[in-house]
Formats: sequence, structure tokens, C-alpha cells
Amino acid sequence: MNKFITLLTIFGVLTASALFAQDIATLRNGVEISKQEKSQPIPNPIKDDIKVGRNYPMQPPIIPHNIRDYQVDLNVNKCLSCHSRNRISESQATMVSVTHYMDRDGNFLAEVSPRRYFCTQCHVTQHDTKPLVENDFIDMQKLIAIRAEKAK
Amino acid sequence: MKNLIVKYWQILRKPSVHFSLGFLTLGGFIAGIFFWGGFNTALEVSNTEAFCISCHEMEDNVYEELKSTIHYTNRSGVRATCPDCHVPHEWTNKIARKMQASKEVWGKIFGTIDTRDKFLEHRLTLAQHEWARLKANDSLECRNCHNFEFMDFTAQGKRAVQQHSTSLANGDKTCIDCHKGIAHQLPDMKGIEGWH
Ligand code: HEC
Ligand code: HEC
Ligand code: HEC
Ligand code: HEC
Ligand code: HEC
Repeated sequence: MNKFITLLTIFGVLTASALFAQDIATLRNGVEISKQEKSQPIPNPIKDDIKVGRNYPMQPPIIPHNIRDYQVDLNVNKCLSCHSRNRISESQATMVSVTHYMDRDGNFLAEVSPRRYFCTQCHVTQHDTKPLVENDFIDMQKLIAIRAEKAK
Repeated sequence: MKNLIVKYWQILRKPSVHFSLGFLTLGGFIAGIFFWGGFNTALEVSNTEAFCISCHEMEDNVYEELKSTIHYTNRSGVRATCPDCHVPHEWTNKIARKMQASKEVWGKIFGTIDTRDKFLEHRLTLAQHEWARLKANDSLECRNCHNFEFMDFTAQGKRAVQQHSTSLANGDKTCIDCHKGIAHQLPDMKGIEGWH
């Protein structure tokens, strides 16, 4: 009986590891474990300084400029050195909107709210590359237009 | 002791009996070159990055941080080393900076800055020294590589052009006013101009 259990366990572990091995293989694009996968070129960020349209009113706008090495931590916030209320006249950047000064209860604070401090949580740059997944997002206004068209 | 000094002084004062004046002049000249060269060689050695990061305070803190920045790795493959930004090129300025630096070496020997925490504690003071120096010399070290005369504004980003063609061009500001933290992480910047 004991032997049978041991065998069963071994069998179980082996099948499981075979299954997992397959998962790992797909993560590695099927490249053998002993080989190094050819790395893809890293795409460049788009930094043409042209504001990108927003897909819906609550969308955090895309960053249209370079942010390499911009330090955002306990000590400094490089983004705010241009985007904060006091700095925009010099930097000519867009001021962070009033929502960035609100805490979660809707109170307005004097400083940028802690929950909006780490800018790249929500704002990102775009890269000059083909998307891995096709985007079939349809703008709300287009949906309304389609509906109006159908109703006619 | 006093006798010894007096005796040597007398030897030095006596005209030479064994060597010709020509030999002595030439010898002195050659010895001069030798020492001058040696001094400058020592200066050169202490002017390399390898020397700068031979103490681990520098290697573990500032050098490690430099590695991810554009001055360590970039598309053109031009590298800025520590002395490029921290040691002036003219000889007198260089000596002045070295004497200042001996204080920093002193600090190392006596272990005032021997951990990351202690380094961070001193970081603001150290950074302020560098800012003051670069402000005073109009960011000379930056300009050794980045020459304003040859900046092509049409090739720069909009944000860069906007600042460079105004405050920089008319001399209101110098590189370090706007580009603090270009090579290392910054300390707490509360109360420092330009940082909210
Ligand atoms: C040197 C000043 C400067 C710094 C630093 C800076 N920005 Fe900007 N930012 C600008 C300017 C100027 C614009 C306007 C568009 C342009 O010129 O690129 C802008 C545009 C933007 C926009 C688009 C706004 C819109 O209305 O579409 C976002 C989002 C943004 N920045 C986020 C950030 C974040 C996040 C950081 C920090 C990682 C940052 N910025 C750092 C100057 C700056
Ligand atoms: C929690 C997500 C979040 C974080 C964190 C955040 N933002 Fe935003 N940001 C948004 C959203 C959403 C919008 C658009 C709607 C709005 O204005 O609230 C926005 C708008 C903006 C705009 C455009 C304002 C305008 O009037 O057009 C700027 C500039 C901006 N953010 C900069 C920043 C900067 C700089 C930081 C870091 C200090 C930051 N944001 C942090 C979500 C965020
Ligand atoms: C040894 C020469 C050298 C020195 C000294 C030097 N730089 Fe640079 N700097 C470079 C090179 C090379 C690049 C990268 C050029 C490229 O490939 O885009 C660069 C890039 C930059 C950038 C662009 C950063 C970016 O993300 O695009 C800034 C800003 C800059 N340097 C500022 C400074 C300042 C400020 C100083 C003085 C404290 C300085 N540099 C000293 C050589 C130097
Ligand atoms: C008035 C502020 C200001 C001054 C003074 C200034 N810069 Fe800049 N510089 C900027 C801004 C803003 C940017 C764009 C944002 C960024 O790259 O951080 C920039 C970008 C750059 C870039 C990258 C160019 C690009 O197209 O992105 C280099 C290189 C540079 N500066 C070098 C210098 C040098 C060298 C000096 C001194 C001779 C200097 N800057 C003085 C504000 C300034
Ligand atoms: C591109 C120019 C540049 C290069 C290269 C560079 N530094 Fe700096 N360093 C600076 C500037 C500018 C400061 C002033 C503080 C700041 O703005 O970050 C500074 C500050 C420092 C400080 C004071 C503490 C601090 O972080 O503020 C030390 C120590 C230092 N550098 C050591 C080094 C060493 C060691 C190297 C070589 C591994 C090096 N630096 C390379 C520009 C440079």
C-alpha cells in the first residue's frame, strides 16, 4: 500500500512538472531551456511634445515627452518641478488638474494629494511599436452616433 | 639637532668643489622636470575615475547611481567620468579643487561617511557645494562637453528649446540651475529654488 502511494505521488509530481514545463516553454516562446532567446529591440518612447487626445474624460493624459531617469521618490518629485501650481509659469507645462489636490473624501488639500504623488502609476509614455493585442476600443461619442444612425 | 641643521646649511652654502656650475644647473633643471612630472603624474592618477571610486563610499553610492543615467550609457557611446564633471581643466583651478578634495579624503580616512545612511545624511551639504561651484563657474564642466554655440535647437525637444533659447541664451540661468540631479539621485529638495 505504502509503495503504491509513493508511486502515485511520484507520478503526480512528474505529470504536474511536465504540465508546468509546458507553461514555462510558452513564456519563453518555446525556446529550449538551454538556449538564450533572441532579445527584441527595445522600442523608443514617443517624445514629440504633441499632446495626445483622450479617449474618455477621466483618462489620465499620455505623457508626450521623455521621462528617462526622472526621479520621483520621498525626497523629490521631478514631475512636479514643472507641473505643480508654482512652477508652470516658468516651465509652461500643464498644471496638474484640481483632482490631484483632492483626497478620497473629496476635500481639497494645499499640496498634491499623496494618492496622486506617484505620477507614473497613471500617466505613461507611449512607445513606437506594434501593439501586442489589437485595440477595439470605441469612443463613446462614436457609439452614440452609431446608435443614432441605426434609429433612423 | 641644531648642530646638524647648521652643518647642512654650511654645506649647502659652500660653493661646490666637485661639480661644475653647468652640471649643477642642468642637473637641477632635469630634477625639476622629474619632480614636476611626478607631481603631475600623481595628479593624473588621482584624476581618473578608477581613483575616484577606489573608496567604496563613492563606488557604492554615486557611481552605482551614475550607471543608469545618460552620462554612463547612451546612443553615442560618449561617457562622462567623475573628473569630467567634478575637476576643472585649468591647472590652477584643478589644484584648488584638489586641496578642497583632500578634506573629503580626510573625511574618508576618519570614517565620517562610512555607511549609506551617513552618506545620505551628508548628501545635501555635498550637493550644495557642487551646485555652488558650478553656479560660480557658469557650469564650466558641463560646457566642456556641451557647447551652447553648437546646440542645434531644431534637433532638441520643444521643452528644451523653450528653456534654452530664453533663460539660458540670455544668461539668466546656467545649466546647473535647471539640470540638478543629472548624474546622481537628489537629496530632499524642500526649500531649494525650482523644486515646488
Ligand atoms: C522640464 C519640465 C517637465 C518635467 C520635468 C515633466 N514635464 Fe510633463 N510636460 C511638460 C510640458 C512643457 C508639457 C506640454 C507638452 C510638451 O511640451 O511636451 C508636458 C506635458 C505633460 C503631460 C500631457 C498633459 C496633457 O494635457 O496632455 C503629462 C501627462 C505630463 N506632462 C506628465 C508628466 C510626468 C508624469 C512627469 C514626470 C515623470 C513630467 N510630466 C515631467 C513639462 C515637464
Ligand atoms: C491616480 C491616478 C493619477 C495619478 C497618480 C496622477 N494623475 Fe494626473 N491625471 C489623472 C487623471 C484621471 C487625469 C484626467 C482627469 C483629471 O484631470 O482629473 C489627470 C490629468 C493630469 C494632467 C492634465 C491636467 C489638465 O488640466 O489637462 C496633468 C498635467 C497631470 N495629470 C499630471 C500629473 C502629475 C505631474 C502627477 C504626479 C504628481 C499625476 N498627474 C498623478 C490621474 C492621475
Ligand atoms: C564628458 C562629456 C560630458 C560632460 C562633462 C557632461 N555631459 Fe551631459 N551629456 C554628454 C553626452 C555624451 C550625452 C548624451 C548624448 C546623447 O547621446 O544623447 C549627454 C546628455 C546630457 C543631457 C540630456 C539628458 C537626456 O535625458 O536627454 C543633459 C540634460 C546633460 N547632458 C546635461 C549635462 C550637465 C548639466 C552637465 C554638467 C554637470 C553635463 N551634462 C556634463 C556628455 C557630457
Ligand atoms: C532654464 C532652464 C535650463 C537651462 C539653464 C539649461 N537647460 Fe537644458 N534643458 C532644460 C529643459 C526643460 C530640458 C528638457 C527636459 C529634460 O530633458 O529634462 C532640457 C534638455 C536638455 C538636453 C537634452 C536635449 C533634448 O532635446 O532633450 C541637454 C543636452 C541639455 N538640456 C543640456 C543643457 C546644458 C549643457 C545647459 C548649459 C549650457 C543647459 N541645458 C541649460 C532646461 C534648461
Ligand atoms: C554629468 C556630470 C557628472 C558626473 C559624470 C559625475 N557627477 Fe557627481 N555630481 C554632479 C552634479 C551636478 C552634482 C551636484 C548634485 C546633483 O545635482 O545631483 C554631483 C554631486 C556629487 C557628489 C555629492 C553628493 C551628491 O550626490 O550630491 C559626489 C560625492 C559626487 N558627485 C561624486 C561623483 C563620482 C564619484 C562620480 C563618478 C563615478 C561622479 N560624481 C560623476 C555631476 C556629475
